Amino acid sequence: MVPVSHYLVLSAILFGLGVFGFLLRRNVITIFMSIELMLNAVNLAFVAFSFLHQQLSGQIFVFFVIVVAAAEAAVGLAIIILVFRNRVSLNVERVNLMKL
Amino acid sequence: MTPQYWLFFAFAGLAVLGALNLIWQRHPIHSALSLIVVMGALAVLYLLLGAEFIAAVQVLVYAGAIMVLFVFVIMFLNIGEEERTSWSRVAKYVGLPVAVALLGEISYLLYRAIPARATVDANRFVGTTESVGQRLFTEFVLPFELTSILILVAILGAVVLAKRKL
Repeated sequence: MVPVSHYLVLSAILFGLGVFGFLLRRNVITIFMSIELMLNAVNLAFVAFSFLHQQLSGQIFVFFVIVVAAAEAAVGLAIIILVFRNRVSLNVERVNLMKL
Repeated sequence: MTPQYWLFFAFAGLAVLGALNLIWQRHPIHSALSLIVVMGALAVLYLLLGAEFIAAVQVLVYAGAIMVLFVFVIMFLNIGEEERTSWSRVAKYVGLPVAVALLGEISYLLYRAIPARATVDANRFVGTTESVGQRLFTEFVLPFELTSILILVAILGAVVLAKRKL
């Protein structure tokens, strides 16, 4: 039998890798995918806690997280298309209009 | 050593390898494909945790719909390899140590807080579609209806943003 803590540590590792990707990559789309990876890691933690406490609410919360992630992906990718149209590049260092 | 044990380690390893490959690859399409691998592996882990409905939604919505959107945009914009640039200094000297510290802290706290005897047996607790649906349409019916408005706003926002001229 696998302890629940294994699942939670796996979730922490995936979240950490998502943070690494977010910090290291320069491409907007890859950064966006790192955010999706972090959302997935949190979902895994939710399902593991739902099992630990024998409560269904965790799984229902995961359902809502997935819905919000879908909405976020649609709007985010539209913004990425807009950035690409204006800058002809997806490098975040080229998108510095709001930088001090 | 039960089959569940091996299944967990096989798919947990697959998920971690996929995540590493995601941040290692320079081409966005390779990153997107490894993210699909991570999501598939997580769907199996959800099944091991007894969350049948979430596993199905993970494959249908995440690996299906959302990743198709990503791959579509990557191919539509015909993005090439990422240019090699020096890392931003803040990310290098502050971000990475903080990320490592965060990971260590979360793992330590989880290991201390969760009793070691709490083990996973998929037959002990099952989040069937029926039970999830029952909760969703009674207790959580207001948030459920609100998400439909959220999705509608997101669709409108995506169309307005991506349109050339209104």
